[in-house]
Amino acid sequence: MQRPWLTPVLVIAVAILFLGSLLTGPAGVGLLEGLNALLFGTSAERETTVLIMREIRLPRALLGLLIGAALGLSGAALQGYLRNPLAEPGLIGVSAGGTLGAVLAIHTGLAGLTVLALPLMGLAGAFAAVAVVLGLAGLRGGPITLILAGVAVTSVCGALTALALSLSRNPYATTEILFWMLGSLGDRSLLHAGLAALLIVPGAIMLLFTARALEALTLGEEAAVSLGIDLNRSRWLVVLGAALAVGASTSVAGTIGFVGLVVPHLIRPLVGNRPGRLLVPSLLGGAALVLGADIVVRLFGDTGELKLGVLTSIIGAPFFLYLVLRSRKELLA
Amino acid sequence: MKLEGRNLAVSLSGRRVLLGVSAVCDAGELVGVIGPNGAGKSTLLKTLAGVVVPDAGQVLLDGADVSGLTRAALAHRLAYLPQSRTVHWPVKVEALVGLGRLPFHGFAIELDVADRAAVAKALAAAQVDHLAKRLTSELSGGEFARVLVARALAQEPKILIADEPSAGLDPAHQLALFRHFRSLAEGGMGVMVALHDLSAAARFCHRLVMMKDGAVLADGAPTDVLTPVLLKQAFDVTAVRAEIDGIPVVVAH
Repeated sequence: MQRPWLTPVLVIAVAILFLGSLLTGPAGVGLLEGLNALLFGTSAERETTVLIMREIRLPRALLGLLIGAALGLSGAALQGYLRNPLAEPGLIGVSAGGTLGAVLAIHTGLAGLTVLALPLMGLAGAFAAVAVVLGLAGLRGGPITLILAGVAVTSVCGALTALALSLSRNPYATTEILFWMLGSLGDRSLLHAGLAALLIVPGAIMLLFTARALEALTLGEEAAVSLGIDLNRSRWLVVLGAALAVGASTSVAGTIGFVGLVVPHLIRPLVGNRPGRLLVPSLLGGAALVLGADIVVRLFGDTGELKLGVLTSIIGAPFFLYLVLRSRKELLA
Repeated sequence: MKLEGRNLAVSLSGRRVLLGVSAVCDAGELVGVIGPNGAGKSTLLKTLAGVVVPDAGQVLLDGADVSGLTRAALAHRLAYLPQSRTVHWPVKVEALVGLGRLPFHGFAIELDVADRAAVAKALAAAQVDHLAKRLTSELSGGEFARVLVARALAQEPKILIADEPSAGLDPAHQLALFRHFRSLAEGGMGVMVALHDLSAAARFCHRLVMMKDGAVLADGAPTDVLTPVLLKQAFDVTAVRAEIDGIPVVVAH
């Protein structure tokens, strides 16, 4: 199933949604005015426009792009590596570890000291979780041990996060933790976007290098080895690449669920079910979905606080149900 | 091209699976590996194919140790069909066969003109060209087995190693598969197969390697290996080799 239009269409969609993200917000800024303010730092109408575009809208759009790409690509790579269509980036414990780190930063008050304390604690948590998962699964363990270790570490981190919440004496900190866990791209600075890019870009490059291995793994591990694939190298690339990309995403924006699960699923039939070919379109599809969802959040978010992670889960959970129903039908057929 | 294993020793999770095994597959020959379950047939084939690295001994390709070759360089010369026939994603037949061309690329996963020619040739050789556009999930067992052979042939190998390629096939497909392997060998390829059908081994293989408990019990022409004494020793059954209409059959009773 060659669909040469797929990648160009997705690139155009991402570009349009990126522009849309830049132009969405409570301050009505026109297209030309906004771009002028963003690119040249001048605005004929209001001086605040430059500030809004560069300090509020640009980081938010950049984060939407980066985090969506990270989640879509990581989901596709993990599903291909584990040969399991239900794998999602959180499976290797990185999301739960990142959440725990960030929650501890809020709980201990470290987050109030400096802007980067929260994302850095989140990263520390994400990497600690992945290190424990790799330690549990063994350096050469197969996909199943990796999944089991990931599930175990995820539940431990979840329990510790709940413990931090229940021990929190400060109601403001509790609220902050809860809102942070819901996942959002709002109120982030260019510093956050820079930190995310610093980790997501190398992580994404590592994941893209696994395309050949994922293709070969369609035939199973033994055949893949006989086709010249170094399984150990592929495993490190997938796990560390996903840890960098998803760890950075979770640390900066909280948990944005289902993107990494849903996007590869939607795109897989369009690339003939080929796991290697799935990577680039999933990266683009993830970026498009998160940018789009973040626009929707802001369009409807004026009245209350609709969080991005809540919206993606509201879209994602019914989709998951649909997957269950479809696979049941396939099993019966 | 000649593939040779010398004094191979392999342990898997602390258990000795092969001990001092030597076996050869030369160009133009169809070699059958027979023996009871757990004799080490699969491990021998994996070791010769470079999938398992031996603890001791050497695997030589035309006299040169394969440990000096990159995995991709080995894959240019040798194709391996594992016993497991699981395909994890329902891809098209032509895409699956195209996976045999992966060793010929650095990082790209799309096929170039030379690759597509090799895939077309492999599809035709395995007589599955009419299935090229079908999904692997829609194939029958016999069709699927042939498609997997086509994947190996797409590597344009000098040596083909197949682990029980005929398991689960009906008699007609089994016959067709062994005829195909025999014709590949007669075309100059070295072909080594593990199999349980002793009659097929007697009929189609040029040479048989009989294994038991991780060692080679006998190695020679089918008539010299499939003797009542050796069959008793290897399989612990009373068996006779007979001929019906000039076709050898081996029956256990």
